[in-house]
Amino acid sequence: MNGFTGFVLRRVIGAVVTLFALSVIIYVVFYVTPGNVAQITCGPRCSPAQVHQVAQQLHLDDPLYVRYGHFLQGIFAGQDYSTGTSVEHCAAPCLGQSYQTGRQVTDVIWTKLPVSVSLVLGAMVIWLVLGIGTGVLSAWRRGRFTERALTAVTLAGTATPVFVIGLVLMIVVCGELRLLPFPQYVNLTDDPEQWAWNLLLPWLSLALIEAAGFARLTRASMLETLAEDHIRTFRAYGVGERAIIVRHALRGATASVIALNAVTVGSAVGGAVLTETLFGLPGIGQELVHAVKVVDLPVVVGMVLVTGFFVVLANALADVLYAVADRRVVLA
Amino acid sequence: MSLLEVTDLTVEFGSLRAVDGLSFSLAEGAALALVGESGSGKSTVAGALLGLHRGTGAQVTGTVRVAGTDVEAASDEELRRLRGAKAAMVFQDPLSSLDPYYAIGDQIAEVHRAHARVSRRAARARAVRVLERVGIPDAARRARSRPHEFSGGMRQRALIAMALACEPQLLIADEPTTALDVTVQAQILDLLHTLRAETGMGLLLVTHDVGVAAESVDDVLVMRHGRAVERGPVGAVLAAPAEAYTRELLDAVPRVDARRAASPVAGEVVLEATGVRREFGRGKRAFAAVDGVSLTVRRGETLGVVGESGSGKTTLGRMLVGLLEPTAGEIRYAGRAHTGVNPAVQMVFQDPVSSLNPRRGVGESIADPLRARGEKDEDGIRARVAELLERVGLEAAHYDRYPHEFSGGQRQRVGIARALAADPRVIVCDEPVSALDVTTQAQVVALLGELQRELGLALVFIAHDLAVVRQVSDRVAVMRKGELVEYGPADEVYDSPREPYTRQLLAAVPALDPELAARRRAARREPAVA
Repeated sequence: MNGFTGFVLRRVIGAVVTLFALSVIIYVVFYVTPGNVAQITCGPRCSPAQVHQVAQQLHLDDPLYVRYGHFLQGIFAGQDYSTGTSVEHCAAPCLGQSYQTGRQVTDVIWTKLPVSVSLVLGAMVIWLVLGIGTGVLSAWRRGRFTERALTAVTLAGTATPVFVIGLVLMIVVCGELRLLPFPQYVNLTDDPEQWAWNLLLPWLSLALIEAAGFARLTRASMLETLAEDHIRTFRAYGVGERAIIVRHALRGATASVIALNAVTVGSAVGGAVLTETLFGLPGIGQELVHAVKVVDLPVVVGMVLVTGFFVVLANALADVLYAVADRRVVLA
Repeated sequence: MSLLEVTDLTVEFGSLRAVDGLSFSLAEGAALALVGESGSGKSTVAGALLGLHRGTGAQVTGTVRVAGTDVEAASDEELRRLRGAKAAMVFQDPLSSLDPYYAIGDQIAEVHRAHARVSRRAARARAVRVLERVGIPDAARRARSRPHEFSGGMRQRALIAMALACEPQLLIADEPTTALDVTVQAQILDLLHTLRAETGMGLLLVTHDVGVAAESVDDVLVMRHGRAVERGPVGAVLAAPAEAYTRELLDAVPRVDARRAASPVAGEVVLEATGVRREFGRGKRAFAAVDGVSLTVRRGETLGVVGESGSGKTTLGRMLVGLLEPTAGEIRYAGRAHTGVNPAVQMVFQDPVSSLNPRRGVGESIADPLRARGEKDEDGIRARVAELLERVGLEAAHYDRYPHEFSGGQRQRVGIARALAADPRVIVCDEPVSALDVTTQAQVVALLGELQRELGLALVFIAHDLAVVRQVSDRVAVMRKGELVEYGPADEVYDSPREPYTRQLLAAVPALDPELAARRRAARREPAVA
């Protein structure tokens, strides 16, 4: 078990290093980006004096390393911000304050995160069931009509943009059939039932896109496993085809499905921009796009770090799960 | 009624006729070996007995009756009930033949439950019992191990346990010991022998190794090109083969008790290893693959290096050619310490398939050492490669052919030509013939001998096969766990081994004479009891 603990520890350290590298890169990218941040933040009608004042307030004139130092200090020790009249304390881990609204970035994240997480986790359940199910079925019925039909459907799924699927779903389900109201985000803690009903369509449209990848991967790794010698062993011992498919071939595919799932979940938390926008879900992705548009550096950094955190966390988790699914990984 | 009745069996894969009108039968409790070289169709026959060709596109005609079931006419469900329960198969490679994700006990239990209406718990208990039966120590605990946690021999035992789980009437063993070391092979063959005596099951052994057949069966059926060449009691066929092909096959089998014909004229020392040690891994995981080995190789002689898997013989070979640096000790070529690769010391690898680039013509592979030496003249290179190809028994026109167009023996000839291209003084051959059929083996060994005499080469011949090593070597080094156990003239080491380990190795070599094999088996059993 010692090897296993070490393995997990190495992954965690790797994740922390990655996140720091990520924050540095964002700082540098925004530093070299053209455009007067103070002007944009202040608004088009500001006088040069006002712009100068804003720049000072936001420490925009400080050198890059000083600003990054402030940022790090905020994360570990918290920070005090003067808003002109009063001083506002931002407790560690503090990611700074929005240039635009003056809200603390951590607060913004806390209001946006549940939306994105709700969307992604719900969709994940659907894409896993749909993707793995389709994959198993097409591996089982390889070479027959069922497989070809399923391949066509999954290909169409990957090829259709989310706003087409989402719009069609909305028009048909909410508009024509009136089975559901047009989605509007409701907090899980406020009303679990409404939460689920409102998220059903976003879940479906996000899942339909992602399921295709899982179907293809499941099918491919199952076919690979089915060609291996140990499958021949169980066939030669009269083990039924269903047991071979489920217990042996699917088991061989789990490791790669776990890996793909982690990456997909991680990137969808901050990356399901289209789905969030289409259904008007106030999630991380939507907020990030807005913040980039108005060069709201603290919010962008915060959102990217959160997104990055989920990608890194998901990958680290995938590596650990992978090692649990296939013990030989740690030994190798 | 016979346990197994094969009549006019023909199996075709597309236009290839793998089995061609084969008929044979096996009485209950009897043991028959199908012996043949690769491509003789013996494994295809084994597969046909369990109907494994169904659904693969192979054309099967003729009838196969196993324990009363007509395999070709049987429904899928009848076939499923035949497989494992009436006739069980043990495969060649025990690692890839088990599911890497599940505990070995669970895999055996699963097979048992496919045929018996028993609870999961009862099936697991049965798995532990059969594992005990095949000699897995601490079976209750080891049943929870996964295949990669077992050694090669234990995995093969586990596969045999799986076969035993359903008490079949017929055991089909397809090259059951080919992937194993010689001492482990002897244990597995002994185990099969004992199990057969106890359970009265019939055995169909598929093997390329005449010695393995001599050890294990009553009757032997020699196959070639999908047809039966000769069938008879194993003692009679081996002692007095009636057919020319059988004689040819037997003549090609290297004998562990035959002295090397030509006595060599050994010259000066060309390659010398002194106290060589090589470690892999760091810290607590570090282990020495080779430890304190000293030996010399002289001009014009062959030094054989034998040992079981993990004995460090390949690591030693790689250090001799400079592919690996020793952790301690020194390798000297012609009196000078040599670091890095040296054109004068070349290597021929075991697997001629993976040691040639499949995307390049063989001529280009052979030309590599020439180009590496800085040769620029393209016509000169081509001419030299053509000469080398002819020298190893291929044709100059083969220059542009790809490795897959050659047979195994031809590919190994390409490997030898590549080694010769650098005008070496020493060639280290790492298992150069272990992937080849015996008749091909004999040809490649003969080629190496010719080249040695002609060019005055020093050869280091690394192999696990004691008989082949004896056939080619002037002196022999026996390795075990990284150390040199015994080192001396080949005849001394083989005829009067000093070390118990060498004696044990030699005793495990399958004998070509069934009576001798039976005596040795009895001898092997005694120390185990004591």
